[in-house]
Amino acid sequence: MIPSIRQPLSLTLIYRAYIVLFFVYLALPLLVVSIFAFNDSLFPSLPWEGFTLAWFFGDERPMIGVFNERPIMRALSNSGFIAVFVSALSVCVGTTNAFLFNRYEFPLRGLLYVLMLLPLVIPGIVLGISILVFSSTLANGLEDGLGWDIYALRPGLTLVILGQFSFITTIVTLVISARLQKFDRSLEEAALNLGAGPLTAVRTVTIPYLLPALVGGFGVAFLMSFENFNTTLMLVGSEAPLTIAMFDRLKEGSTPLLNAVSLLLMLGSSGLALLMILFQRKA
Amino acid sequence: MTSADLECLELSKHFGGFTAVDQVSFSVPSGSFFSILGPSGCGKTTIMRMVAGFLEPSSGDIKIKGKSVLDVPPNKRPVNMVFQHLALFPMMNIADNIGYGLRRQGLAKSDIERKVDEALERIGLPGIGKRKVDELSGGQKQRVAIARCMVLQPDVLLLDEPLGALDLKLREHMKIELKALQAAFDTTFVYITHDQSEALVMSDQIAVMNKGRFEQVGSGRDLYYRPETAFVAGFVGESNRWRGKVTRAEAGALQLTTDAGLIMTGIDHGRSLAVGSQAQIFVRPEAIRVSRSGDDLAHFENRMVGKVQSLLFNGAASRAILRSAANGDDIEVSLPQSGEYADLQRGDDLYFGWAGEQANAFAAPLENA
Amino acid sequence: MRAGAKLGLFLLLTPLLLWLGLLIIIPHIDMFLVSIRERIGVGQYQTSPANYLTFLTEPLYLVTFMRTAFMSILATLLTLVIGFPVAFYIAKIAKGRLQSALFLLCLVPFWVSELVRTFGWMILLRETGIFSNLLQWLGLVDGPVEMLYNDVAMIVGLVYTSMLFMVVPLVTTIESLDDSIIEAGYDLGGSNLSILREIVIPHAMPGIASGSIVVFMLSLGNYLTPTMLGGKDSLWFTELIYSQFIVRFNWELGAAFGFMLLILSSLIVWAMLKLTGQTLEKTMT
Repeated sequence: MIPSIRQPLSLTLIYRAYIVLFFVYLALPLLVVSIFAFNDSLFPSLPWEGFTLAWFFGDERPMIGVFNERPIMRALSNSGFIAVFVSALSVCVGTTNAFLFNRYEFPLRGLLYVLMLLPLVIPGIVLGISILVFSSTLANGLEDGLGWDIYALRPGLTLVILGQFSFITTIVTLVISARLQKFDRSLEEAALNLGAGPLTAVRTVTIPYLLPALVGGFGVAFLMSFENFNTTLMLVGSEAPLTIAMFDRLKEGSTPLLNAVSLLLMLGSSGLALLMILFQRKA
Repeated sequence: MTSADLECLELSKHFGGFTAVDQVSFSVPSGSFFSILGPSGCGKTTIMRMVAGFLEPSSGDIKIKGKSVLDVPPNKRPVNMVFQHLALFPMMNIADNIGYGLRRQGLAKSDIERKVDEALERIGLPGIGKRKVDELSGGQKQRVAIARCMVLQPDVLLLDEPLGALDLKLREHMKIELKALQAAFDTTFVYITHDQSEALVMSDQIAVMNKGRFEQVGSGRDLYYRPETAFVAGFVGESNRWRGKVTRAEAGALQLTTDAGLIMTGIDHGRSLAVGSQAQIFVRPEAIRVSRSGDDLAHFENRMVGKVQSLLFNGAASRAILRSAANGDDIEVSLPQSGEYADLQRGDDLYFGWAGEQANAFAAPLENA
Repeated sequence: MRAGAKLGLFLLLTPLLLWLGLLIIIPHIDMFLVSIRERIGVGQYQTSPANYLTFLTEPLYLVTFMRTAFMSILATLLTLVIGFPVAFYIAKIAKGRLQSALFLLCLVPFWVSELVRTFGWMILLRETGIFSNLLQWLGLVDGPVEMLYNDVAMIVGLVYTSMLFMVVPLVTTIESLDDSIIEAGYDLGGSNLSILREIVIPHAMPGIASGSIVVFMLSLGNYLTPTMLGGKDSLWFTELIYSQFIVRFNWELGAAFGFMLLILSSLIVWAMLKLTGQTLEKTMT
């Protein structure tokens, strides 16, 4: 089992083969998606018609590349906009939550903690419809009662942001709490002892300590927002983020354009993830 | 009269129904090294945290340089603290750590730099300002933690078992160094520890603390040779101890019979134990003389014969456990290092004895079985 | 000091309560209210269990519901069985660089959107896809084979999509098991199997529980994979919810479906926690 305990060679080899097979399984779909982004054909499938970059840079029908495909680029910027908002919001609330549960005793603390975890065990689609139903109840009520038509309460960017925020916050809270728990409170006391006020102590000592978790939480939130599908599907309006736009295209039939977008997505998110890992290493 | 830098007056702290600190009063003279020595859980950390301002006393007063600081928040008190695990800020380099308090005071950058450099010079670590905390050795961190406090020129420096995390060799070395640093900075140090040797080596005065109260305050020598309570006698240094009854009492000189039937003489240092009362008797191993012949010990009131039960070789502090021939009690004695006992074997017979004034007797609390 | 602490508590409690109240609790209550009303005229509603009765009496709904639950459990078990040896390898056998490299590789699929992953399987499995072509080239089949749009394809996709969420908690818990404990097991005469059963698996239980819960939740609530990889017969419950809400605009019935899904997931998560002797607080942190 572990290296210090010898196993029969056959067992070791079978185990290794299994691991190799597993990683082939993991890599295969991503690999074919990437490869067919370069196929000089209208379909992302065999036969291989030759190498082309047209699906990235092409500007003539039928091979219009990603960078010249307006709807895709717009969807990409929608996704980015949503993700930045969701990440910033959830890092803020995640930080206050982490401090709250780490530092304070208050009535119903246990219950609130479980409630805080709940969004993780609510199916994303249910989260989506519940917010959809409530916001439209609210919107209708306001319209009937006061005559206000609040656009933000109808399916669209605001609802998508709120919907994603509603469960991503839990994850960010857990990320930040985990680090805050490891924080040695005597560091804060030392800061007080050396003349810092309570808020200054948190700002100069605790927050710098939390920074890797704050950045990590932001990154995780960004990735999760960018690739969220279920909750977004129920709340989306006319301005679709990338995953929804791609889904609509995929239903109509796929062209290597989708492969090109996918490859760019993979590069982008791997880049971001790598950046995060490097940052954590440094910190 | 020397002025007191720190004074605690009838200080108490209760946690729920538990009394952690019970009516403790003491004063620490300016420029002295004062230690609070006690087992873990005796309340010494609670005192320290009250002085630093992290805990509010239930009653009593704390005065620094004669002024009560009860209403002063921790970040405004003229005391600084070296934490148990030092609490150096890991996200800052050494210079930023030492300059932290100065920055809070709003000093100019150039002043901070100069003071930090001076402090590093002072602790014998010039030029390490740019290093990270985890690049330093345990002893260096220790010195940086002290420097971080000393740049603020506190009236009192509190040290909360700062040597606890170090290994034995370094701890021995740091004891001497701490004492030297205290002399160099000429600041009042209040040091808490459960390690008696740390307290004995460094302190001008030691308070022995037990169950929320001070048992005795005095110099190391006082505590060792003239313990005032049974707890101090048992806690400071090592002792053979017996429980017994007072069978005769004459002007402080007692005759005692232990529960196992050993008869010995002892003194009560004015604690006036009456005949028939229960007593605890303490005799230090080094107060007991051993000899191969009974004649050498003729001048001792207490003389016995015993068989060597086991030999505890420990260099200069070697001891033997002797089993008394009279009643089978085990007694620990120090072995002189003159070499004449180098060939001592298990099972050998030895004479041993001690002067009556070396046996310290205290009234024993009633046995609660 | 004390007043400051109260103010701090209040300031920290506010965002939590706003978030949980406005985005989680009240919306779910509202959804429940919508699910128990019946439309009896234009803009007129009455409270009734009609939507739930529809759910219980229409076989298509009930069968889809049960099938979704069953297939999700199956996908979870498969993910656990496939992922456990891999997690053990990463945690205990691979060392140094290899260990971190393999761990990172496991994370890679998470970095790309589920849509991309599903798309990859479509390219592999469809009639004109890689596998079909490969089989023809090898001479194993005569014509193109359609491997997409069936339950197997769907399960493959579900397992693939959620593998990471099983492997990561497993690696973390198995890694925390001291090697010397396994060595002690062998030293006392244990075999591979007995040590796995009596030492490794009990130790990894928190990881197994949290991995299984997350994978189950992701499978149950999945919409994309069943829609894209599943066939006409592999209808998923989330597809019913979507069609009630977006296509038929029958929010009352859709809300009732949503509630049934919520109850189902809570029940099964609760059962898993009981079965593995864990609590939600422990498994999620």
